Amino acid sequence: MIRFSKYLWVYLLVSAIVLVPGVYSLVRFGLRPAIDFTGGTLLEIQFSRDVPQNIVELVANKDGLALVSIQKTSSNTYLLRMKPEGSENVAAFQTSLATSVGEIPEVVRNETVGPVLGKELLQKTLAAAIMAVIGILLYVAWAFKNVRFGVAAIVALIHDLLVVVGIFSLLGKYAGVEVDTLFVTAILTTMSFSVHDTIVVFDRIRELLRGKEKGGIAEISDMALTQTLGRSLANSFTILFMLLALVLLGGVTIRWFALALLIGTISGTYSSPFVATPILIFWERLAKKQK
Amino acid sequence: MLKNPRRIFLLLVILAVLLAVVDLPENYRVKIRVKTISIDRVINPPVLAFNALGIRFRKELKTRLGLDLSGGTHLVLEADMKDIPSGDRTNALESSRQVIERRINFFGVSEPIVQSAISRDSYRIIVEMPGVTDVEKAVATIGQTALLEFREFTDQNAATGSALAFPTLANTASVNISGGDLRRAAVAFSSQTGEPEVALEFNSDGAKKFSDVTTRLVGKSLAIFLDDMPITWPRVNTPITDGQAVISGGFTAEEARRLALQLNAGALPVPVTVVEKRTVGATLGAASVSQSIRAGLLGLAIVAVFMIALYGRLGMLAVAALVLYGLLTFAIFRWIPITLTLPGVAGFLLSIGMAVDSNILIFERYKEERRHGKPWKVAMELGFGKAWDSIRDANVTTLLTCLILFNPGNWAFLPSSGMVRGFAVTLFVGVLVSLFTGIVVTRTFIRVLYKEKS
Repeated sequence: MIRFSKYLWVYLLVSAIVLVPGVYSLVRFGLRPAIDFTGGTLLEIQFSRDVPQNIVELVANKDGLALVSIQKTSSNTYLLRMKPEGSENVAAFQTSLATSVGEIPEVVRNETVGPVLGKELLQKTLAAAIMAVIGILLYVAWAFKNVRFGVAAIVALIHDLLVVVGIFSLLGKYAGVEVDTLFVTAILTTMSFSVHDTIVVFDRIRELLRGKEKGGIAEISDMALTQTLGRSLANSFTILFMLLALVLLGGVTIRWFALALLIGTISGTYSSPFVATPILIFWERLAKKQK
Repeated sequence: MLKNPRRIFLLLVILAVLLAVVDLPENYRVKIRVKTISIDRVINPPVLAFNALGIRFRKELKTRLGLDLSGGTHLVLEADMKDIPSGDRTNALESSRQVIERRINFFGVSEPIVQSAISRDSYRIIVEMPGVTDVEKAVATIGQTALLEFREFTDQNAATGSALAFPTLANTASVNISGGDLRRAAVAFSSQTGEPEVALEFNSDGAKKFSDVTTRLVGKSLAIFLDDMPITWPRVNTPITDGQAVISGGFTAEEARRLALQLNAGALPVPVTVVEKRTVGATLGAASVSQSIRAGLLGLAIVAVFMIALYGRLGMLAVAALVLYGLLTFAIFRWIPITLTLPGVAGFLLSIGMAVDSNILIFERYKEERRHGKPWKVAMELGFGKAWDSIRDANVTTLLTCLILFNPGNWAFLPSSGMVRGFAVTLFVGVLVSLFTGIVVTRTFIRVLYKEKS
């Protein structure tokens, strides 16, 4: 048996090393919202003949236009969504295109567009997430006949969310990474995954508590973690393979999304034995002291 | 009959074949030449069509992809702002945008993009929807202007006096209450006449305005217009301060229901017209999408190899069960149908992860029991039994989360649209199917196909 419970302070330290800079950055700098949340410029340009999409994309990037998406539409036109741009930059872009393509494209549309994901939907999603957290808390407390398990699972969940959001706040500050609607999905995925993983570990503790095993929660959880080690490792590896493939080989447009999922699942796997379980142990120690 | 694992196994094999047919690729050209036999034809998934009991049934089993993965239809709506003071125009455009978004979601178009677009004098709303088949219907849906308005008579005599006065746009003036001030509308039946009517409930802002107006107009008529037509012009007897009102205008029950539906989906504060429609490509970029699909498939292949390396023949059976899992989930996506978007695919991937985890849990339990010296058959059944508790509890919480995110009751304070729903629904279906494959399929495969020397 591995005495996991001997090194509780190490787990605290590891979490702190990841969490403190992230949360500091989150409070200080926040997240960098993408055009999905802020709105931007919608530009439509038309050529007289078929021009490959990658050329348009290349020229736009060279001109420093913050492109978010580029869609080809019928009759040789392109729809470009980007950060708010002044009309002089658009004119410059037209000239650059003219030198690369050999034709001045016509600007069919140049509009300021509103956000895709408005405040209303974001608030509702937040409300749903909070409701889900409460639901999970109640279910876990009921299924494990102990409110401590529910609270521990939720603390681990919040830990994982803060890890992802914090890291993306740092990435936003230092690498210009933006959070978009896909990021919201990654957060929701992290939520589900974190609880799923925690419950699997808790299940073993529950089983051992029911059985004939002697000892406090520390001994029991050490035993449970040792017994579930094989499963935890195997499970972590399958997830790692899947998401690493997406991060390293997937398309550019979903790279940050895949990274957010990867961070979320790693944190979700880590937090079950090293955040949720220590909380149970701490709680029992606290309860004993008060007696 | 289902007690016998061999029978279940047979059923599963038949199911797999059926599912494989449902999941056939679209427009996929097969070209095989073996010596003298050559096959060259285009494969398509089947279309179900039959007449049963006078009901015509037709279902095309095609994958629906979202805007981000395959593009769709792009509509531009122009808002007519001539009656709106210039200071309120941005607001009016935003509330129209919300109404249109709600309407589109209400009619089941999955994950549209609806955004406002302003350039100098033109106020527009851009709508992008996946797929191109339902464009006409969608345009009709958006264009339905349930323009609800409350108006007062400008001529005092007509207002106080005879019921003969017929309200028109000319002899009335708006009191600045419109469909945008509604919280909800519902069909009700009059307690006096039993006639169907539409009960209105204002939001806090609207209730205050309505209270002010009815206080001012006690003893006078207040006309209710729908799409510029007067419906009813009741006399205000007492001020209405609780934000509740009723429209009774000799509706049939069906008319009342339709009106309530339109008002619920929201009344447009500004009339809009479609000025443009055409097809557009994937927002994520076609190249990026296909690259990601390849990466995803590679990831899945590595997972399969890993499972086999770790658990040997058991791993192989688990992979076979997972293939069935994939076929079944995909078939359900086609059947319902669910529009797949990247968030949806994320939900699907997560559910695959959970399905793999179920198998890992069971096999690790099995190994443990074997270490305790149990014979393999007993160990296997024990493994399934003991792993079930954790699989159940873990998956129930996920299903719970999905239900809240999907918001099946269309509760106003929860998301009722877009990508959050897409994510929730694919995860929900995926987890349900993974429970089935984890418990029934893997188990049956092992009972029938697996032997170990004991």
